[in-house]
Amino acid sequence: MLEAGHPLCDAEAVTDTQTALSAEIAARHAEYEAAVAGGAPRATGPLLDFAPYRSSILRHPTKNPKLVDPETIELVSPAFGQRDVGELEADLTIQHSGEPLGQRIVVSGRVLDDLGHPVRGQLVEIWQANAGGRYIHQRDQHPAPLDPNFTGAGRCLTDDDGAYRFTTIKPGAYPWRNHANAWRPAHIHFSLFGNAFTQRIVTQMYFPGDPLFALDPIYQSIPEQSARDRLVSSYDHELTSPEWALGYRWDIILTGPQATWFEPEGGEA
Amino acid sequence: MSARLAPTPGQTVGPFFGYGMPYPGGPELVTPHSPGAIALFGRVLDGDGAPVPDAQLEIWQTDPRGSAPRATGSLRRDGLHFTGFGRAATDAEGAYRFWTLTPGARPGAAPFIAAIVFARGLQDKLHTRIYLPDDTTALVADPLLSSLAPTERATLVAERTAEGWLRHDIRLQGEGETVFLAYR
Ligand SMILES: [Fe+2]
Repeated sequence: MLEAGHPLCDAEAVTDTQTALSAEIAARHAEYEAAVAGGAPRATGPLLDFAPYRSSILRHPTKNPKLVDPETIELVSPAFGQRDVGELEADLTIQHSGEPLGQRIVVSGRVLDDLGHPVRGQLVEIWQANAGGRYIHQRDQHPAPLDPNFTGAGRCLTDDDGAYRFTTIKPGAYPWRNHANAWRPAHIHFSLFGNAFTQRIVTQMYFPGDPLFALDPIYQSIPEQSARDRLVSSYDHELTSPEWALGYRWDIILTGPQATWFEPEGGEA
Repeated sequence: MSARLAPTPGQTVGPFFGYGMPYPGGPELVTPHSPGAIALFGRVLDGDGAPVPDAQLEIWQTDPRGSAPRATGSLRRDGLHFTGFGRAATDAEGAYRFWTLTPGARPGAAPFIAAIVFARGLQDKLHTRIYLPDDTTALVADPLLSSLAPTERATLVAERTAEGWLRHDIRLQGEGETVFLAYR
């Protein structure tokens, strides 16, 4: 048990058990399935109205979004280039004088639109906890150690194949106060720009086989298993670099209208 | 419409985006108080009308002549080129502020700034628009605004302050809920 005054035991301390929370998740999924049976479309992403994730209760819109024809500005994306991102920013293990603790990993994949076209030269940003499950952010009061050699934020631009690649360390799972004994599965936050502003996405990448998936109201806010699976990277031995780092592959598909896509000629982007 | 790949779902930015996403100069597309610069500011509010101190807004807009900026350098601004993109986290009072230029539009169209909201507790991005209040004829003719009830329309049009700045609040839920967008 935590002592009173412990940072994880404050006024907003939570009393719902995981069992009660898991029952709420199951009930919300059943409600979704009933709506689908009644003719509602299947979701490709998370339900915004998902009370098991407590912080969402007062922060989700109650009305359906208005369907609108995009204007020109919404059909293109901001342009990012070499001046925006330093070459070393894709390696989160070399930002300090020493090596960070934990399992060194390479995370790589391709960013594509929903027709399979590569998203070229666009910005990918990540942030994550350290190997002990602690963020450097001052709001993180999880009493796991900070790592003086790990900040946990990185950036890169996709190449001509839409590929990105980061070197980092495997983040730890971490506790939070959504309910009693709540733990987030290990994840890396990803922010991506597409070929159009309509395709902008911020999401989280997970690691295969995490025992916390079933218990997590953020991961489970996506009601379709097939969609949840699309957030889970796969171990890729081809990406593993000998005597150095384990490899995880994760491709990202962006959807939404964009200006007409032009196949580049002669290899020129 | 065959062979569409299934999209990657969004997820919340969570509570710790503060060292991953904001960057120096993010909210200042132009130097504050420089010629032509306008402030765009407001608050993000939740379903109780309480400020949301852990939200982030991104804006993307045309230049004053109505063109989509193609200049790079939104993350490391060179002070010369207008990139059209900015990012601002809300402060402890739920407030955000940008310094930018007045967006242009094609003749007769209502100029607006495209915006995306992210927040802890918000499972996915929300798209919206911030229209300029000045050209009332164009606002009346706008295809989106003209399809909305007056109370909804009001949530998409900024207010011009006495200083000439733009004030615009975003309400995630409830009374005066901002109109959010999905694209055809
Ligand atoms: Fe996180």
